[in-house]
Amino acid sequence: MAIKLKIDRQDVEVPEGTTVLDAAAEAGVHIPTLCHVPKVTSPGSCRVCLVEIEGARTLQPACVTPVTEGMIVRTHSKRARQGRQMSVELLLANHPWDCNACVRNGQCELQTLAQTMGITDVRFPYTREEVPVDTSTAAVVRDMNKCILCRRCVAVCQDVQGVGSLAPRARGFDTVIGAGAGENLCDAVCVQCGQCAAICPVGAIYEQDAIEDVWRALDDPEKHVVVQTAPAIRAALGECFGLEPGTCVTGKMVAALRRLGFAKVFDTNFTADLTIIEEGHELLTRLKTALVDKGEVSLPMFTSCSPGWINFMEYFYPGLLPNLSSCKSPQQMFGALAKTYYAEKEGIDPKNIVVVSVMPCTAKKFEADREEMVDSGFKDVDYVLTTRELGRMIQEAGIDFMKLPDEEQDSPMGMSTGAADIFANTGGVMEAALRTVYEVVTGRELPMEKLHVAPIQGLDGLKEVALTFEKCQPDWSFLEGVTAKVAVAHGLSNARKVCDMVADGEGGYHFVEVMCCPGGCIGGGGQPRMTTDEVRQSRIKAIYTEDEGRTMRKSHENPAVTQIYAEFLGEPLGHKSHELLHTHYHAKEPV
Amino acid sequence: MANTCKCEGNCSSVVYQELDAFMADCPKGRDKLIPVLQKAQELFGYLPVEVQEYVAKALELPVSEVYGVVTFYHYFTMEPRGRHTINVCLGTACYVRGAKKIVDALSENLNIKMGGTTEDRRFSLTTQRCFGACGLAPVIMINDDVHGRVTPKKIAGILAQYE
Repeated sequence: MAIKLKIDRQDVEVPEGTTVLDAAAEAGVHIPTLCHVPKVTSPGSCRVCLVEIEGARTLQPACVTPVTEGMIVRTHSKRARQGRQMSVELLLANHPWDCNACVRNGQCELQTLAQTMGITDVRFPYTREEVPVDTSTAAVVRDMNKCILCRRCVAVCQDVQGVGSLAPRARGFDTVIGAGAGENLCDAVCVQCGQCAAICPVGAIYEQDAIEDVWRALDDPEKHVVVQTAPAIRAALGECFGLEPGTCVTGKMVAALRRLGFAKVFDTNFTADLTIIEEGHELLTRLKTALVDKGEVSLPMFTSCSPGWINFMEYFYPGLLPNLSSCKSPQQMFGALAKTYYAEKEGIDPKNIVVVSVMPCTAKKFEADREEMVDSGFKDVDYVLTTRELGRMIQEAGIDFMKLPDEEQDSPMGMSTGAADIFANTGGVMEAALRTVYEVVTGRELPMEKLHVAPIQGLDGLKEVALTFEKCQPDWSFLEGVTAKVAVAHGLSNARKVCDMVADGEGGYHFVEVMCCPGGCIGGGGQPRMTTDEVRQSRIKAIYTEDEGRTMRKSHENPAVTQIYAEFLGEPLGHKSHELLHTHYHAKEPV
Repeated sequence: MANTCKCEGNCSSVVYQELDAFMADCPKGRDKLIPVLQKAQELFGYLPVEVQEYVAKALELPVSEVYGVVTFYHYFTMEPRGRHTINVCLGTACYVRGAKKIVDALSENLNIKMGGTTEDRRFSLTTQRCFGACGLAPVIMINDDVHGRVTPKKIAGILAQYE
């Protein structure tokens, strides 16, 4: 049913159940908010969206007040303006004033709000007791002195990711957002996805900064510093320089990295292609064991690219760890190969090679520190920067990003296909795998328009598709007539649904792709803020466009991948692959 | 679920069994969290993190949420209580007749702060606002016993009555 109301003297008609906030947006009126994030949370706690509603005794929070027939709303009457100013002023009274030294300076929602509201003075003294800053994890820093208690992080951790590491504790002035039941995040069940950092409106949660480490390596003449960039960076880095979400900046990104001083600008896409070869063969081997040898094998196989997802499995579903592909993530495959294959090829002592990753992800920082990740004989990946950190480095170096020419990655570890591009988004790893697996098995190209697997595209939390193999190649004749059922989940609360199904023996899936963050890596915890569904869709579109623009769109077509098997690895799942490209997982005690 | 008690022998697995029995009828999730915590506090005397973790696992809740509820309500305590609870009245009448000195004397005698518990768990020290016995001010209560016209000098003798 349509509801008619007046907002700032304008007639508005919206469906029943619409909030005053959304109705105002329809009428072109932006009401500020701090706690409200569309589709994630609307706790009505920050009181920044107060509006005057005729007949109501007090000002009402627009984000949680539904419209009613004939309602008369004033969003910028004197009373509404003063009410909102007071809310912000009270928040500021409880917030440190060292904006200049804050990582969010210039990108802080509270700072912006204070400025927009014309607040130049705060009448209330700052009385907050200082608490220690939590730097206990590799992924994020939590500075609860700056927290405004909006609870966005709690909502994203509990509801979107279903992890529940964060929750408010104590009450009144003593209220603080705590981790687990202890002091530090490292003692809590945290998958390190960084969604809390990506959604925080202020400088209370942010990534562990590796910029200084990277500068130090670049400044060291002894070091040969190479960089890899994850597929999702190119679709988001431009946002750090004011470009619209969904602007692909691959060429400028490469140019910027070269100007920062990296000896070689490589691409995680290269090892994404390699992952498809290894993981595809692993899947086919598992299927063969199940169908032909009738042996014990764990199916469905889960993808293993996303370190937050790996943490989630290790904490919550240790019984399903055998279902995880043993393939390392593309980041870690890259590190292991850079310090072996590349070092050998170029005659560089691997101890002098420094591998820097640029990732859309904070859990990648944790992953690089995992004790298993030293198969090259060294720490495979030395430093991980998020997209946001790379943006800051480029700015710090004074590089005029918009004026950069488009440049190309270096050979051989910079060469990749469109299949690697789409690792960036939900459904992409599965689509890339199907492009190769179907062609390996049948000798024919995946019979889908533009090679896209439409049912597993898009932002639905849980997607599935079935694919029947017909007229198989002789080696794969055991798959003749077999219908492979695959599923794709993104966001850990959706992953939990798949895990529960698999644990209960339901679903009948053969292969499941899981990405920890909503939308996949393009929506990672290290991406430029704010990642809304519209932003996710724009970035995904940019990635598909990048993929479609390539001449090579299947991982097995990558000549650098063929070359590395010929020169170094031997064969997929071979001895050297197992040594360098595969790993194992451990159950973690949920504390 | 394993009955692993981490309370240094101050509680027994029997107590956990009783908690299990209580939780057996509770749905998973947050709906019965508060009654479960009340029961647990009744059984253990307090809610150490181990007990909160135990409850969180049983109800399939994040421990952060359980901890949030325990720290929100003053009723719940994470400190073990003593065998005897001393309540000092800080109502107006007691206050003007020297309740503050009684608090100081108790603190000194027991070597604990207000709200604390002695190491041997003999006494916990708390305050209240007016017992309605203003004629006897200053008043303290130990468990259910009222002691009136208390002076710092009398404290040792009063405490000696409780083992």
